[in-house]
Amino acid sequence: MFTFPQELIREPIIYTLSHQFKVVTNIRRADVSEDKGWVVLELEGEDKEIEQGIAWVTSKGVRVDPVIGDIVEG
Amino acid sequence: MSYARALRCRKCGREYPVQPLSLCDFCLSPLDVSYDYKAMARVLSREKLAGGPLSMWRYRDMLPVEGKEVDIGTGFTPLVKADNLGRELGLDQLYIKNDCLNPTYSFKDRVVSVAVTKAQEFGFDTVACASTGNLAASVAAHATKANMKAYVFVPSGIELGKLVGTAIYNPVLVTVDGSYDDVNRLCAGLAQRYNWGFININLRPYYAEGSKTLGYETAEQLGWRAPDCVVAPAASGLLFTRIWKGLDELSMLGLIEPVNTHMYLTQAAGSSPIVNAFQAGTLHVHPVEPDTIAKSIAIGNPADGYYALRVARQSGGGACAVTDEELIAGMKLLAQTEGIFAEAAGGVVVAGLKRLAASGVIKRNELTVAFITGAGPKTQEIVSDIVQPFTVQPSLESFEEVLGTRV
Repeated sequence: MFTFPQELIREPIIYTLSHQFKVVTNIRRADVSEDKGWVVLELEGEDKEIEQGIAWVTSKGVRVDPVIGDIVEG
Repeated sequence: MSYARALRCRKCGREYPVQPLSLCDFCLSPLDVSYDYKAMARVLSREKLAGGPLSMWRYRDMLPVEGKEVDIGTGFTPLVKADNLGRELGLDQLYIKNDCLNPTYSFKDRVVSVAVTKAQEFGFDTVACASTGNLAASVAAHATKANMKAYVFVPSGIELGKLVGTAIYNPVLVTVDGSYDDVNRLCAGLAQRYNWGFININLRPYYAEGSKTLGYETAEQLGWRAPDCVVAPAASGLLFTRIWKGLDELSMLGLIEPVNTHMYLTQAAGSSPIVNAFQAGTLHVHPVEPDTIAKSIAIGNPADGYYALRVARQSGGGACAVTDEELIAGMKLLAQTEGIFAEAAGGVVVAGLKRLAASGVIKRNELTVAFITGAGPKTQEIVSDIVQPFTVQPSLESFEEVLGTRV
């Protein structure tokens, strides 16, 4: 899941991710408005490309969390 | 026998057969266990439940398991009337549900007992989890009981007490050089690659059900009634939703009156995304970067945040966040009034309870249950300043000199 801060809502992050890295993106759920946005998407590709892609997305300021369950801390 | 009939998507309602699966293939939303409540109601009665073992497994018919449970003696923990703490806070009917007294000292034993039982049913020979302490210890302990292998993943730098408390059961203990988020990300990848029963990933729908027993026990111990108010901590929010679900199921099955319990959720201010959303009046939970000493509930992106929010709102309850100073004071207050040494999450609950009582949100005569979910000794360093002994020589004179005036 990508969670976008307000200042990145208008940036084509997902488009750029799939063009800059060999990663196929497939959006499954999303809620994007003027002031907040989250997108649940599948990423397909080689592990290394996905890792680098996620690192780039994170470096842009987007929060990335896996959607396979949270850490059950404690 | 299990009355679980399917896994059902929370969002789109699609159903799947009972299997190790946690997300809907279509919309990637979480799956919940769906029960045949009609059939369940036919076999359940207060008498039958009361005649069961003195553990969480007295409620076996309401849990999604078929075969023999993997149990190291979890549940049916004390519900104590907290007269001293109640007096301090101005609450006449305050109870503490003390889950410190589970085998690995936290409520995690409930959820893991169900998950490992299910893992065994599914034929896994290995279970795994990502954790910062309590879950890891419980998984390691239960794996031992089930003669299964366990891989537990923790961030490097967690408290020694938690490391020892996990390693003692001899799992494969892996420390990951990174944050909690990094451990989680790694485990998500591992779950795809290895055929392991990942407690909080592919076994999550079953694991989640274990927490309902907190609601069941509380109602039974109160004489088959729901409390007026519940105060509980929230990390992912899952426990909070399942306490509610447990009470709701009892009512649906005709075992208690309709539930009118106000659910209050507490978090540490340094990691309070659910409280933030509640106070902002929104249903959207913005993730945060956790920064609190209450590490066991420091989840920045709570998977069940939205659902926990809904429970708090729909029950006419609330949410409050407390500072690290307040939670430490809460830990000390609980120990020094009721003799219960809880971990930081327990301090959060007591501090939250104090605020809610002081502001009149929770009324003096309301029957209130505060859920204490884990024991203090594993993270004792956060209250180590409490140790201020008097030092004497081994003589009566020395004692008189140092303490004479106090006695």
